[in-house]
Amino acid sequence: MTSISHHIPEPMLAAYAAGTLPHAFSVVVATHISMCSECRAVVEAHEAVGGIVLDDMLRADVSSSMKSNVLAMLDDPFQDTPVYQRRGPYPGPVMEALKGQEPRWKKLGMGVRQDILSEDKHGSVRLLYIPPGQAVPDHGHNGLELTLVLQGSFSDETGQFGVGDVEVADETLEHTPIAGMEDVCICLAATDARLRFNAFVPRLLQPIFRI
Amino acid sequence: TQAKAEPSRETLWMIAVRDHRDKAAFSALFDHFAPRLKGFVMRNGTSAAQAEEIVQDVMLTLWRKAHMFDPHRAQVSAWVYQIVRNRQIDVARKENRPMPEALKEEPEAEPDASQIVSIEQETGQLRDALQRLRPEQREVIEKAYLGELTHQEISTQTGLPLGTIKSRIRLGLQRLRHELKDLSE
Ligand SMILES: [Zn+2]
Ligand SMILES: [Zn+2]
Repeated sequence: MTSISHHIPEPMLAAYAAGTLPHAFSVVVATHISMCSECRAVVEAHEAVGGIVLDDMLRADVSSSMKSNVLAMLDDPFQDTPVYQRRGPYPGPVMEALKGQEPRWKKLGMGVRQDILSEDKHGSVRLLYIPPGQAVPDHGHNGLELTLVLQGSFSDETGQFGVGDVEVADETLEHTPIAGMEDVCICLAATDARLRFNAFVPRLLQPIFRI
Repeated sequence: TQAKAEPSRETLWMIAVRDHRDKAAFSALFDHFAPRLKGFVMRNGTSAAQAEEIVQDVMLTLWRKAHMFDPHRAQVSAWVYQIVRNRQIDVARKENRPMPEALKEEPEAEPDASQIVSIEQETGQLRDALQRLRPEQREVIEKAYLGELTHQEISTQTGLPLGTIKSRIRLGLQRLRHELKDLSE
């Protein structure tokens, strides 16, 4: 395994296990866990606590017809949900967000491209494509941003990020990420849109750039 | 908790379902989990009728995805917890919760009873620790895992002593190192 040195903060892993992390961040967490057994173990530990809560839950009687229904359905044929396999630099959860297709890159300028995988009122998640040695324009954050490296690397004021590493950025970070020279840097980035509208990015431009 | 040499009944039932499609074992798992699941789902105000629908889906998933169960990393309750939270989120969002790539046992892997038992002992100690909490602390934990707290709220509450169970689960993951190696290629 490549050595990962920047992980997901534990409260986010706990919220992921409890199912309360916003969708956009959950895509990044599921992707990181696909690459990192350390964080996978943390999530599974939190699921163990969830299991205890479930096991100690006040029981509610179930109707006897429900049990016979379930038993009668055991041999029924069923449609399994599709399982998306990793393709190239894209782990299963990214392939699922891409619905099994290749990314449809949109140019952002200076060779940087993006593909927005999903967005809703709680946030958005996108793929970023940064040519070797290219800097992403200096920017601040209006909310929380998780950036996971899928290919290549980048570095900024806070350190170096290689494949599997996650950078957690918030309002306090102003940074200029620069892609490493060795390869195109491909990242999965999720942001929390809720706080964005308070800040100085002109509201009128947001629908155009969707950033 | 006392040291047990044998895995719990639930684990043995689940292995019987996984490896032998054992319907009597499934029926025993149903009797254990269905009332707890219904209580769990109704805690956030879901109606009894809709709760039964969710419980039915969860129990069918347990049967159909039994091959995904790995007793070296999880107790049955932890695995069922993950399934019911998925189902609740899917119902609420009408979209699947993003899930990591699955890791699977090598087909020829023999169950390692000592690893299974040590996971259960760690879980037992965690349960004891939870039971020693003051009722209001205990309620915060319940709320968190019922899905009623945000990650910011989770980060401000006092952490649980998860250190040893994490390292046990990590051991379970190490058994899968071949698959992990494949993933990184
Ligand atoms: Zn990690
Ligand atoms: Zn940034």
